[in-house]
Amino acid sequence: MDVMTQLQRQWREHTAYLRKEGYLDDQFEQLQKLQDENSPDFVAEVVSIFFDDSEKLLNNMARALEQKVVDFKQVDAHVHQFKGSSASIGAMRVKNLCIEFRNHCEAQSLEECVRCLRKLQYEYSVLKNQLEYLFRLEQQIRAAGV
Amino acid sequence: KTIMGMAAEAQYHVLAVDDSLLDRKLIERLLKTSSYHVTAVDSGSKALEFLGLLEDEHNDALAPSDVDVNLIITDYCMPGMTGYDLLRKIKESKSLKDIPVVIMSSENIPSRINRCLEEGAEEFFLKPVQLSDVNKLKPHLLKGREKESEPSINKRKGMEECHSHDKTRTKYDGLEVV
Repeated sequence: MDVMTQLQRQWREHTAYLRKEGYLDDQFEQLQKLQDENSPDFVAEVVSIFFDDSEKLLNNMARALEQKVVDFKQVDAHVHQFKGSSASIGAMRVKNLCIEFRNHCEAQSLEECVRCLRKLQYEYSVLKNQLEYLFRLEQQIRAAGV
Repeated sequence: KTIMGMAAEAQYHVLAVDDSLLDRKLIERLLKTSSYHVTAVDSGSKALEFLGLLEDEHNDALAPSDVDVNLIITDYCMPGMTGYDLLRKIKESKSLKDIPVVIMSSENIPSRINRCLEEGAEEFFLKPVQLSDVNKLKPHLLKGREKESEPSINKRKGMEECHSHDKTRTKYDGLEVV
């Protein structure tokens, strides 16, 4: 098996794995379908925005939860935004955690919120690694095709 | 491409409004894939500015034929002016009220949806917006074109439309993504 075929198989298997394990859902596939010769870096571009947004929002949530008097509405606003962006790229696990997180915000339960934030930070970093691996494979495939 | 060619194609121009950069990129790609010319802005007030209607002005300085936007698609939840506020302002404006407006929202709240539809929104899309949603825009855009091709005065309007279309396309390209 030549390098190209091997790489393509790895890409397919990794994408299937991410779908099967629920890291990504149909929406990610929709994004891939929107990528074409006119917009060859569309998915990478959108995911890059997602990474920037996510890191900012996670920081905001952490800081909001550290306040002497926690403003749960403010925390919820950040989680709501994160839920939106994760839904937009098909990051299912992250999105579902956001839904759980919003419930804790509504209940104004600080302990649950903090616990949820930690889970969210973890899931996000795992997803980031997975996607970065996927994009590295894509770059290798492109390089091999030249 | 000749000028005649461009006039014949007459791409529809969609104004997209969303405070989220990610969602702007997404809606822009969806619309461009469907061959629409897109201008994306990040707030309701920027949208009104683009449409030639300033927030506190109620006198319409622009005639409907001067505004070269065929459809407005806006997020509901935005800081400052919500999508609903924007919808109302558009429907209250003589120059803008006939432009179809579509609302997008990440939240499925029936009362919200009804309120928007009652206020005159043509469609309400749940986020993340799909290509199948964007395909629903065509009939609303065609309806607008039909109105323009009505006889008498509008014939002249139709010709101006082609010229202003080209002029405005170049002008607006600079404002593409905020």
